[in-house]
Amino acid sequence: MAKRIEVKDLDIYYDKFLAVQGVSMTIQPRSVTALIGPSGCGKSTFLRTLNRMHELVPNARVEGSVVMDDDDLYGANVDPVNVRRQIGMVFQRANPFPTMSIYDNVAAGLKLNNKRLKKSDMDDLVERSLKSANLWEEVKDRLHKPGSGLSGGQQQRLCIARAIAVQPEVLLMDEPCSALDPISTQAIEDLMLELKENYTIVIVTHNMQQAARVSDTTGFFNLQGVGKPGELVEIDETTRIFSTPSQKATEDYISGRFG
Amino acid sequence: MSTSLTTPQQDPDLNTPLGGVSLTAGQLPRGAAPTTLVAAGLAGLLLWFLADWDIVPCALLAAAAYVVIIYTWSRAVEGPRKATDRFVTAAVSGAFLLALLPLVSVIFTVVSRGVVRFDSEFFTYSMVGVTSEGGGIYHAMMGTLIITGLATLISVPIGMLTAIYLVEYGRGKLAKAITFFVDVMTGIPSIVAGLFAYALFVMMFGPGVRMGMAGAVALSVLMIPTVVRSTEEMLKLVPNELREASYALAVPKWRTILKVVLPTALAGIATGVTLAIARVIGETAPLLVTAGLTDGDNFDPFDGRMTTLSVFSYYEYQSPGLFAEASFDRAWGAALVLIIIVMVLNLVARAISKLFAPKTR
Ligand SMILES: Nc1ncnc2c1ncn2[C@@H]1O[C@H](COP(=O)(O)OP(=O)(O)O)[C@@H](O)[C@H]1O
Ligand SMILES: [Mg+2]
Repeated sequence: MAKRIEVKDLDIYYDKFLAVQGVSMTIQPRSVTALIGPSGCGKSTFLRTLNRMHELVPNARVEGSVVMDDDDLYGANVDPVNVRRQIGMVFQRANPFPTMSIYDNVAAGLKLNNKRLKKSDMDDLVERSLKSANLWEEVKDRLHKPGSGLSGGQQQRLCIARAIAVQPEVLLMDEPCSALDPISTQAIEDLMLELKENYTIVIVTHNMQQAARVSDTTGFFNLQGVGKPGELVEIDETTRIFSTPSQKATEDYISGRFG
Repeated sequence: MSTSLTTPQQDPDLNTPLGGVSLTAGQLPRGAAPTTLVAAGLAGLLLWFLADWDIVPCALLAAAAYVVIIYTWSRAVEGPRKATDRFVTAAVSGAFLLALLPLVSVIFTVVSRGVVRFDSEFFTYSMVGVTSEGGGIYHAMMGTLIITGLATLISVPIGMLTAIYLVEYGRGKLAKAITFFVDVMTGIPSIVAGLFAYALFVMMFGPGVRMGMAGAVALSVLMIPTVVRSTEEMLKLVPNELREASYALAVPKWRTILKVVLPTALAGIATGVTLAIARVIGETAPLLVTAGLTDGDNFDPFDGRMTTLSVFSYYEYQSPGLFAEASFDRAWGAALVLIIIVMVLNLVARAISKLFAPKTR
């Protein structure tokens, strides 16, 4: 588990619109990489290219390469479904399946793919995933109640449990806490620190304290102006970014002078 | 009466600096509106009984009197904003009552005339050999159920698959063309659908053909666009986030549609289908030319004429024969049965949407 991702000269398009230009970075395994930057600079867009969710938008495409441990994710015979099997994702808005119970939501990755497990194995998997997502204690007595009856923070942790139940190598999180209260946020941050023992985590966040608290590496995205493509300004160890960034733009952003 | 800062003609909401408006305002006594309404109603009734006017002008006069009184009174006591509110409330409720009137009248007429024949013979016998009183609609009820059932069996798969294509896959010219033709189909007059089905079956079975299946095909032509439309709307309501959540779990697209999108939209789709059935079950013209009419039981949709409730009702009324009263009673009875079926379908639709709706508790 946990793989390294090398991104090289990645240009990301929506049809003819170049949204993100020339991104190169290395994402280290068993660590948390945070992506920060002003709204609209392409953080979500970039994140979604890492598990080939980007191409679900009609006419969206990328140029460049994303290599996970030697496999080019955009290689000729690569099936995007298999890529997503290894790279899971948690979204900004918690999106549990409304027709499913808490249990079925966690088991969704297997059940929707018609992977059959013995009942006891499935129970184990659900329990383990919910425990890793720090949700088990809160829901163990209502596993067969609908997932949409949970609070926002619980729903988001349910989505994390759902994502890690299929045991991906990498976990992408797009502003997972932006709709949550401080206590739920705390719970999810603690969770990320635990999860990085086993997973490669990439998180987009608007909250710079959060980036500073949970990440080992931080990348700063910016864009030159409206209609211009977003780009990766710099990426470095989190402590360095937040103390002595090498770029003026990063320093301005971090000290709150713009964005 | 304490909005004393303004002259009476002005709307205090618009012309007073907000800081100066007092928080209390005049109010009509509790029950002012119902009392006025009852008073106006009584006055109308008096005119009706004593002055021997027609009921329609009496009702209109009572309504107008209520509106005028409540508006002037409220304007004097409560000010123009609340007066306008009361006026609009009265107008909206009046419009609602007007819209309700024909419905109530239809139901009242059909029920009062239809129950005459609600006896066991009516529901268990056909019309074979009946020339005077008596006779039943068993054959027509079965015909309606068989033909509508077949139409549903044809329309639901075609309609749902079309909607799935349009929402989940369709891009470009083909999708646009399908949407256009579905729109056109929605507006097809039902007799045209009947003639189309008839022509089709004449090509296959020769002229003069009459069979239940042809009726089912004609109804499908009317039903498919409704099913497409309602399913499409329901599928569009499924948040894209759910699809993305499923894709992110490495679920292929077809499985995502089958196991995430459709179950989420199922309640709405089922309701839409039930209402589409209710919409075509009362069709007469297309069935007249395709399935025709017979006096006896025929439950084989591929062989010979089949009677449906609406066609039966039409014929009993249109050519009553010597015992006209008995024919009319049968016609109203069949109409009432049809209305009851439609009502049951509507209730079923509600139950279905309750049953399948995503739950939160
Ligand atoms: N589905 C889409 N179709 C076209 N353009 C898009 C789409 N999603 C995002 N964009 C554009 O891509 C750019 C980057 O957006 P996004 O990745 O959402 O930024 P961020 O997540 O950093 O706020 C923006 O200019 C946005 O308008
Ligand atoms: Mg974003």
